[in-house]
Amino acid sequence: MKPAPFDYALATSIDEATSYLADGNGEAIVLAGGQTLMPMLSMRLARPELVIDINGVDELFGIEETDDSVIIKACTRQVTALHSEIVKSRVPLLHKAMHFVGHFQTRNRGTIGGSVAHSDPAAEIPLAALALDSEVELRNVNGSRRVAMADYVVGPLMTAREPDELLVAVHLPAIVPGVTTATSFHEVSERHGDFAVVAVAAHLTFDGAICTKAAVAFGGVDDTPVRIPEFETGLIGETLAYGVPDAALDLISDGINPGSDQHASANYRRRVARTLANRAVSEAAADARGGA
Amino acid sequence: MTDAIHIHVSINGNTVTDSVIPRMTLLDFLRYKAGMTGTHAGCEHGVCGACSVIFDGDPVRSCSLLAVQANGKSVMTVEGLSNADGTPGTLQEAFQDAHAMQCGYCIPGMLVSAHALLARNADPSLEDIKEAIGGNICRCTGYVQIIEAIQLAATRLREALK
Repeated sequence: MKPAPFDYALATSIDEATSYLADGNGEAIVLAGGQTLMPMLSMRLARPELVIDINGVDELFGIEETDDSVIIKACTRQVTALHSEIVKSRVPLLHKAMHFVGHFQTRNRGTIGGSVAHSDPAAEIPLAALALDSEVELRNVNGSRRVAMADYVVGPLMTAREPDELLVAVHLPAIVPGVTTATSFHEVSERHGDFAVVAVAAHLTFDGAICTKAAVAFGGVDDTPVRIPEFETGLIGETLAYGVPDAALDLISDGINPGSDQHASANYRRRVARTLANRAVSEAAADARGGA
Repeated sequence: MTDAIHIHVSINGNTVTDSVIPRMTLLDFLRYKAGMTGTHAGCEHGVCGACSVIFDGDPVRSCSLLAVQANGKSVMTVEGLSNADGTPGTLQEAFQDAHAMQCGYCIPGMLVSAHALLARNADPSLEDIKEAIGGNICRCTGYVQIIEAIQLAATRLREALK
């Protein structure tokens, strides 16, 4: 339970961090809040030659908003996002998800960028980011690119980030005035704050009482957080006033591929996914009716 | 490999200066370099909360920080909760009086989490207390007496202010 030896570099700018990454030849790893990386180092699941600490990079902290998006810089602490008025009013789905993220001590250190960078299949922040059609901003010494969350997560703890790239920000589409948007986040976990056994994030748009756009992401039920296009299509045109139609709920089981472990069996996860999806979508629809 | 890095850390108000190798955690620094063995090493991978300390004002897990990251920062450990003469502080006394300890291994982390809670909420609800110690695992008590101890400490601290 002690990390293997590594070199340590404290970066003070994005340019400095990306140049360390470039020099690292794939053997360097970025340390943000350390709530995932430090355990991985201690268990020697990660044995980098160089740890690049980005906690000294001021330009990686903060939450900004534009007309149609909220930009959360990578090193923004989870506790900051949880209490952010911008997040609460403009990205309510992430605000709701933040209540399930970690514990007091871990949220004080853990970062938004770190959670997305690792993309644990049962983590709440990447799940909300996927439901929102967010984009991840990556930078290396040559420039930057933005990758849709759906393309960013490619497997369990595997992402489209190249070894020389630094995740600098997450771009989340924001609530737009005049559009009825309703969101809901539900989760089953062993302890509140633990990784999800199953979590569901729902982000729905309504025209009057009718659902016109649906995004529902499932966590803890596959190698990555997943969206099920057929299920989402099944919600469009419905009022969802009496819950989600069975025909749509029946599509969930084939759209996910849960495993069995010490926390829950695959069958249990399938049943919880169905129940939570119904609950989250129904709750969002009720919110939309109440708020319209 | 990087040679040892020179750091200075304020621990309970006293500055400790030493050199550390990069892979040393703040937890090991506190225990083996600073001699502050009140902070306990439990799981050492960010699950159990036994190693909780106050880092620059916020409770964190010292196993999930590198010692080098504490350079120039202030840390408060469980030792910082006692009175100046070394006798138990109000919170520690309440843990004793409410029989909140069995084996005691988790208690430094519980005390630090409870201290952080009471510092910002003088009259916490049951839910507030459960939330505050949600990241601390105790395998003996069943938590009931720990919660009662925090309620008792909150009451005594409020009384003291009257």
